[in-house]
Amino acid sequence: MAQAATNAQAPIEQRAGLGRRVAAALVRRREASILVVLIGLVAYFSIRSEAFFGTDNAQVIAEFSAPIAIIAAGEVMLLICGEIDLSAGMVFAFSTWIFYFANTDWNLPIWLAVIVGLLSGAAVGLVNGLITVLLHVPSFITTLGMAYLLNGLTLNISGAFPVEPPGGHTFFRLFGASPYVTVYWALGVIVVMTVLLTRTRWGLHTVATGGNLLGASESGVNVRSVKVGNFVICSTLAALAGILESVRIDTIQALQGGFPLMFYAVAAAVIGGTSLFGGSGTIIGAALGVLVLAVLNLGFTIQGISAYWFDFILGVAIIVSMALNVSLERIRQSGRLGGTA
Amino acid sequence: MSEPAEVVQIRPDAPDAIRVENVSKSFGVVRALEDVSLHVRPGEVLGLIGDNGAGKSTLVKILTGFHKPDSGSIFVFGDEVQLKSVTHARALGIDTVFQDLALVPGMSVYHNMFLNRELTRGIGPLRFLNNRVMKKRAREYLDDIGVRVPSMGAEVARMSGGQRQAIAIARSTHSDARIILLDEPLAAMGAREGALIIELIEELRRSSDVSMIVIAHNYVHVLEMCDRVNLLRNGRIVLDKRTDETSVDELTEIVAREYRQATTPGP
Repeated sequence: MAQAATNAQAPIEQRAGLGRRVAAALVRRREASILVVLIGLVAYFSIRSEAFFGTDNAQVIAEFSAPIAIIAAGEVMLLICGEIDLSAGMVFAFSTWIFYFANTDWNLPIWLAVIVGLLSGAAVGLVNGLITVLLHVPSFITTLGMAYLLNGLTLNISGAFPVEPPGGHTFFRLFGASPYVTVYWALGVIVVMTVLLTRTRWGLHTVATGGNLLGASESGVNVRSVKVGNFVICSTLAALAGILESVRIDTIQALQGGFPLMFYAVAAAVIGGTSLFGGSGTIIGAALGVLVLAVLNLGFTIQGISAYWFDFILGVAIIVSMALNVSLERIRQSGRLGGTA
Repeated sequence: MSEPAEVVQIRPDAPDAIRVENVSKSFGVVRALEDVSLHVRPGEVLGLIGDNGAGKSTLVKILTGFHKPDSGSIFVFGDEVQLKSVTHARALGIDTVFQDLALVPGMSVYHNMFLNRELTRGIGPLRFLNNRVMKKRAREYLDDIGVRVPSMGAEVARMSGGQRQAIAIARSTHSDARIILLDEPLAAMGAREGALIIELIEELRRSSDVSMIVIAHNYVHVLEMCDRVNLLRNGRIVLDKRTDETSVDELTEIVAREYRQATTPGP
């Protein structure tokens, strides 16, 4: 019966104009609109400068994007369940130092050191989550405090001098030092996190928690576990990004990452359609958002435009995309566009 | 898949679906419930009426494990229970359709229908949502009980108030709940939407042996939907009547009398 209904509707959709159908698709799939923006930007910069379309640049953009995309994947999960992690950029540095000390001072094998580094990130996420959920401190404040706390801690334990990451040839090759390897890691994270978000109970409960907190808990969803778990996921991904990036650039610094990296990740998530109000968002959208930032960054650099304008454009992009998101949401809910989803 | 409605003959000596005995509950100095006793027979629909602040919501929240009573006992199908949480109450077959509906607006109809009872497939920790089967079962079930929604994949945010309420109720009955508590199912709803819900409740009354407690304000609706009606005032049950033995006029009269007594100074 439902089959018949679908068939009956099909011709109507086909009769609708192409423009209207494209508009409907853009409204329905928020990733689509950001993809259009991305293609537009690439086209623009390619026309303006022949240098833009080189393979080197593709690698620069991809490798610039990789750590941001990994962190953004975690931030998307948190934003969807109605929280945020401002300390991710500090975990990025902190956990990398823990990884370093685990190998050099505590003499753990390199792979074990990586796991210890990731666990240190997970531990930070656990603390963030428990403080937020049990003490009812808004995560904005919890993680802001955690960011400064970690930054101070990292500066202290590192002595503020940069070091080279430890590890042998194979480790380096697999963990960041060969071309594109951080990008493969990022793609892996994007795929795994997309599956987690869209194909598992955990993902569904994350959406439910952010979409209707009271309702989800009344339905028996353990909203506290969902939130704490996503804090742990976000911080662990930040730790992973930190270790990968340090190996790639062959330096571990106390001040790597920080607030700028975290805000890039959050900005990418928002540009990619994740709502700061919780309840909706996609990992792929955030990844596309990261690419938009990277293309803007490189395009401006190649054209010799001051880095100051990059921040200016980033600011405009965040505000425009958020405003767009809110109004698209209103259109979607009024059902004026989009037909039967 | 819709489970064929079990045709269960309810024997007169079968235990009550739910039985509340002498339950009291205070919040600080506020006495929300005082020595409340009520019961619902299997398959029966009990209407619970009373002013705002009479204790209806407190009673519902105790029966769902949200609040613990200060004293008194609760029996579910004859067994005494201490309801610890919403999840515990649900495990015992008690489900609630709350006023805020517990639906997630940004999620599809079928994901909402299966929220926290999702069907998965896979091995061990690698379990994935079985969307195809969830969608199919949600559609079949809603067809069965006559609830019409535009599409299983459509977001609940795009549904009308009546459709949302119907989905919320359908979710409860579909979850094998044996006792359903409906907290003002007709609140904030137009006449046509309201009629839809009344029809749904009547359909469930006919085709299943699920017991219901319906909180409502409108006496006409209560008489239409329910087998029996209890009036709650100031934390006490002050009336218990079969709906076919009373009328809107009588209920109004009783409530007015109760109200006069409450406002008359002195004993």
